Amino acid sequence: MTRKLSTPSLYAAHEPVFPRRVKGRFRTLKWWIMGVTLGIYYLTPWIRFDRGPDMPDQAVLVDLAGRRFFMFWIEIWPHEFYFVAGLLIMAGIGLFLFTSALGRVWCGYACPQTVWTDLFILVERWIDGDRNARIRLWNRKWDLGKIAKRFVKWSLWLLIGVLTGGAWVFYFADAPSLATSLLAGTAPPVAWASIGVLTATTFVFGGFMREQVCTYMCPWPRIQAAMMDEDTLTIGYRFWRGEPRARHQRQLDAEAHGDCVDCNACFNVCPMGIDIRDGQQLQCITCALCIDACDDVMRRLGKPRGLIDYMALSDEANEKAGGKPRPAWRHIFRPRTILYTVIWSLIGVALVYGLFVRSDLEFSVAPVRNPVFVTLADGTIRNIYELRLRNKSPGVKSFTIGIDSEFSDLELSLGGNRQPSVTVAADSTYLQRVYVLASPESLSASTATTSITFWVAGKDDARKHFVKSIFNGEKQ
Amino acid sequence: MSPDNKKVKPAGEKEIETTGHSWDGIREFNNPLPRWWLWTFYATVIWGLAYMVVYPAFPLLKQATQGLIGYDSRASLEEDINHYNQANAPLDTALVSTALDDISARPDLAHYAATGGAAVFKTFCAQCHGAGAAGAKGYPNLLDDDWLWGGSLGDIHLTIRHGIRQEGDDDTRFSEMPAFGEILERPEIADVTHYVLSIAGSTHNPSLVNSGRKIFAENCADCHGPEGRGNRDLGAPNLTDRIWLYGRSQKAVAETITNGRKGMMPAWQDRLTEAQIRQVTYYIHQLGGGE
Repeated sequence: MTRKLSTPSLYAAHEPVFPRRVKGRFRTLKWWIMGVTLGIYYLTPWIRFDRGPDMPDQAVLVDLAGRRFFMFWIEIWPHEFYFVAGLLIMAGIGLFLFTSALGRVWCGYACPQTVWTDLFILVERWIDGDRNARIRLWNRKWDLGKIAKRFVKWSLWLLIGVLTGGAWVFYFADAPSLATSLLAGTAPPVAWASIGVLTATTFVFGGFMREQVCTYMCPWPRIQAAMMDEDTLTIGYRFWRGEPRARHQRQLDAEAHGDCVDCNACFNVCPMGIDIRDGQQLQCITCALCIDACDDVMRRLGKPRGLIDYMALSDEANEKAGGKPRPAWRHIFRPRTILYTVIWSLIGVALVYGLFVRSDLEFSVAPVRNPVFVTLADGTIRNIYELRLRNKSPGVKSFTIGIDSEFSDLELSLGGNRQPSVTVAADSTYLQRVYVLASPESLSASTATTSITFWVAGKDDARKHFVKSIFNGEKQ
Repeated sequence: MSPDNKKVKPAGEKEIETTGHSWDGIREFNNPLPRWWLWTFYATVIWGLAYMVVYPAFPLLKQATQGLIGYDSRASLEEDINHYNQANAPLDTALVSTALDDISARPDLAHYAATGGAAVFKTFCAQCHGAGAAGAKGYPNLLDDDWLWGGSLGDIHLTIRHGIRQEGDDDTRFSEMPAFGEILERPEIADVTHYVLSIAGSTHNPSLVNSGRKIFAENCADCHGPEGRGNRDLGAPNLTDRIWLYGRSQKAVAETITNGRKGMMPAWQDRLTEAQIRQVTYYIHQLGGGE
């Protein structure tokens, strides 16, 4: 009886990736994107914006306790969350648009995982050297030199992690005062916990997990595959031009071989540790560094660039036959992407329109339904309403309250001898319980329901705001 | 299963390892998971086991295992309640030491009393008076402007503290509507019923009103007053208004006269704190009927 003795392991050890340094047009673009996105992330909380007294002067602030979101001149209240929902929908459709046109361009250029990993690799290269030096160091025994280098590198990573977590909490509180209390050790526990969690995730994801996050943890690679089509620009290898690949081409008959000199530059620079010449792979985040690496080699060999390049599947047959690929804009501007752009823009225009037409006063009326009416001793019928006035402006406002009714026989009362006017503090909500009275035997008192309109008018701004409601009479 | 595992080479591609499993020639590719994933799984298992040891977990016959750190959700709730009680203590003190009529002049106290009173009302009062305080037959509506025992803050406060006809409370509101079924003859009750309906502005038999008026003056006017306008010292309702605790129909009025009425409200002074009583007093007073 033969028994199989060697079962292959179902679990693979992590093979570290040591991306080599590369220069080129896409690398330059990525440096710029990294600088801008990280700059926005770290510096935004420190931008000041004057909103007047008693209001936060931080340009971008998520005030969870006060339930407000501030972004420059825009202030969002919780019931206006549809603005945030609209932005999320735009973000979603924006991702559809970019993925259908440019593949995983988000992953390659703008994803925080990519940007921070790039930053961490930059630090790593600075401390440990480039690819070959890092591989040597990896294989070296843990001597004093290695420990020292690891200590410095990890300390710098940890510092970046702390700054990243630290920047996050500044979006939720006044940045300068929170920074002071953090330095003094008096910050609230939730601030420390948030910084701690984000420091840990930045440190681990950027320093150690890296490509593992993209390959094994992120759902986006799987979802994106469904959004691409044959016109999507992805990164590919022109195997019909490169194969058969061969080293030492100068000595060999150039006619018999392709352009690929099998220098492995594309593989060495890849932060995902894959060989793009194997074709499209789940791991590829389309960071385009292999294009830069290969272009450099082709330039030195005196051959045209683009052995590895952005290309669309629909061009492959044409190119193999020796034709020219269609220009990139033909791939990008097609019905599908134009439709995405139109939908995206319509939502954007609607949001901007909504932002400009919204009033800084919101007025609502909630009739008290338990009971629907109260009979007073003399037979007067009384209905109770709760008026809610939201003053979203930065100044105190006074309002006069009034009613118009179907039979004009109703009387408004705020209880006691109070005048029907209220004062609402800046940026706050005011609740006022009001009574509407119908004298005995009046039309409104003896009709089941009468329509009634509440209005408020500002002391300075006489424009009335109306809310319709009903008055319940005795006959139900 | 065939023993020939490893290295299958699909046309033109890299070698892919198989698991060595083969069924009718169909072989299974080996796409191994990262090992750290396995460790993560073990870590969650350890976390789960540790959680069961640290926190209460397994139900036993009488109660669950206690856990190492002695966590108790009741104790945790108790802590929260104590925390808020302590936080509110200055307001409670101020509420008790402020005259009832001065509460509305202090916005912080007024807000505290109204919101706290609403909570007290929903917990202890809504069972009889209704969630909206509109009452029911036999349970007064607290939203209207008719009060059996007075609708000022002081009156409401006394009523809540000592109740109505609460046995064992010397300061309770006491007096009751006697059952005239044992005192008057049935025709006399019919007469006085129609007289009461007449002063209440309800449908009645005018032929009985005159005899009823005489009976009313002899039997009822002591408490309800000669004109039937009631007497708050005795909790005697005004019979000329539109608000009738037990109904204004002929049947309901006759039933009241025959059998008497003695509705009861508990005294709350031993069950609620003085601050709570003042809160709910203020809350009821500002519902729309307060005097």
